[in-house]
Amino acid sequence: MINKQVNSVHDAVANINDGATVMIGGFGEAGSPIELIHALIDHGAKDLTVVNNNTGSGHVGLAALIENKRVAKMICSFPKSANSFVFPDLYTKGEIDLELVPQGTLAERIRAGGAGVPAFYTATSVGTPLAEGKEVRTIDGRDYVLEYGLTADFSLIKCLKADRYGNLIYNKTARNFAPIMAMAAETTIVQTKEFVEAGEIDPEVVVTPGIFVDQVIVVADPLHESVLVAAGESYP
Amino acid sequence: MSEQQNLGWSRDEMAERAAQDIPNGAYVNLGIGIPEKVARYVPEGREVIYHTENGLLGMGDAPEPGQEDPELINAGKKQVTAIPGASYFHHADSFSMIRGSHIDICVLGAMQVAENGDLANWSTGNPDSIPAVGGAMDLVAGVKTINVITQHVTKKGHPKLIDKCTFPLTGVGVVSRIYTDLAVIDVTPDGFKVVELAPGVDFEYVQERTGCKLIAA
Repeated sequence: MINKQVNSVHDAVANINDGATVMIGGFGEAGSPIELIHALIDHGAKDLTVVNNNTGSGHVGLAALIENKRVAKMICSFPKSANSFVFPDLYTKGEIDLELVPQGTLAERIRAGGAGVPAFYTATSVGTPLAEGKEVRTIDGRDYVLEYGLTADFSLIKCLKADRYGNLIYNKTARNFAPIMAMAAETTIVQTKEFVEAGEIDPEVVVTPGIFVDQVIVVADPLHESVLVAAGESYP
Repeated sequence: MSEQQNLGWSRDEMAERAAQDIPNGAYVNLGIGIPEKVARYVPEGREVIYHTENGLLGMGDAPEPGQEDPELINAGKKQVTAIPGASYFHHADSFSMIRGSHIDICVLGAMQVAENGDLANWSTGNPDSIPAVGGAMDLVAGVKTINVITQHVTKKGHPKLIDKCTFPLTGVGVVSRIYTDLAVIDVTPDGFKVVELAPGVDFEYVQERTGCKLIAA
């Protein structure tokens, strides 16, 4: 019988190795798998390349992973949100690398990576500093830059409901990068608020089909990053 | 330059003026800051659908106290609501709506606009700052019509409408129309054309505060 459920967040992240590329879902706190990130801090893997739209807030979640010096490089579109101090500080000191990618290009690179498309052309960033050094091709009279698909060793994402096959649905705008990151990673690890019987999620509304998911861990009452940040919490 | 206080449109009046150009049935993406105010001023009788690039079509107002959901936010990470008939989708779909030219109008802010429509609104190029671009480059490359709302000059009084941007570009030749506190200005093949002046403002006053030659309507 197929059952992708695992018993603890620590079991879920146990195979993440030093130097791994890890995609982490979330746009700000919406969809951030904070319990999985904290388990990854406990696990200790370092020299990670992390793909996320932002760089976390305060001293919890992704910001804590960075603050604990586990991340060698961030690939993101907007690394300086409100309450984001950890990454700017390390970046200014030259202690962390940054690959800045326009948000839609980042999404499409992840989608392409997951879909087996090695590269694509986009008009986004043409004529800007972010296109420097990239191949430009004129198609039907318009210029486009070549961008490469992005894959990862692991993805950590959060959803609302999952079943034992790994079929997922999400909550509102917490969906953001999760479905495409699930496609793009060799191993996709999901924290879900609810675990339901197979068949309870209508096949017509499944957002992420289970083929893209490897491990599911139930976190019934997840922490909210903004609440932790407002309380001045840090991790560990 | 003579200093005249309170001449021209306020921030809300700029947003109100921009809203007049949003047609019934349009799919619209509004940037952070003054552009967000545009939604308040779309004339009654027009139905407009707001897209927020983090993954919602049919964005509504801010939630009532007690109704907030930290997982229902806009691209500025503010908590919002979804209208009846809204839809959620992932980022690649959201930016397909943008890159694939399905969004009709985007209204956003600017640091500089050049007379050929080049836009700079993401970086001053200062090497000590943390570079951050978000979805700005995708929006200007993909949305059918890019309109800008901006003060006519910087806080220090320097022109923001100029012959050539000195800051790093967001997009090349992308801007259609600019709403400033002093005028409505179109980007045309011949340069900036003043199509409307704020009450009490004359053409020469705007020209003095612009970094390149303006064309009168």
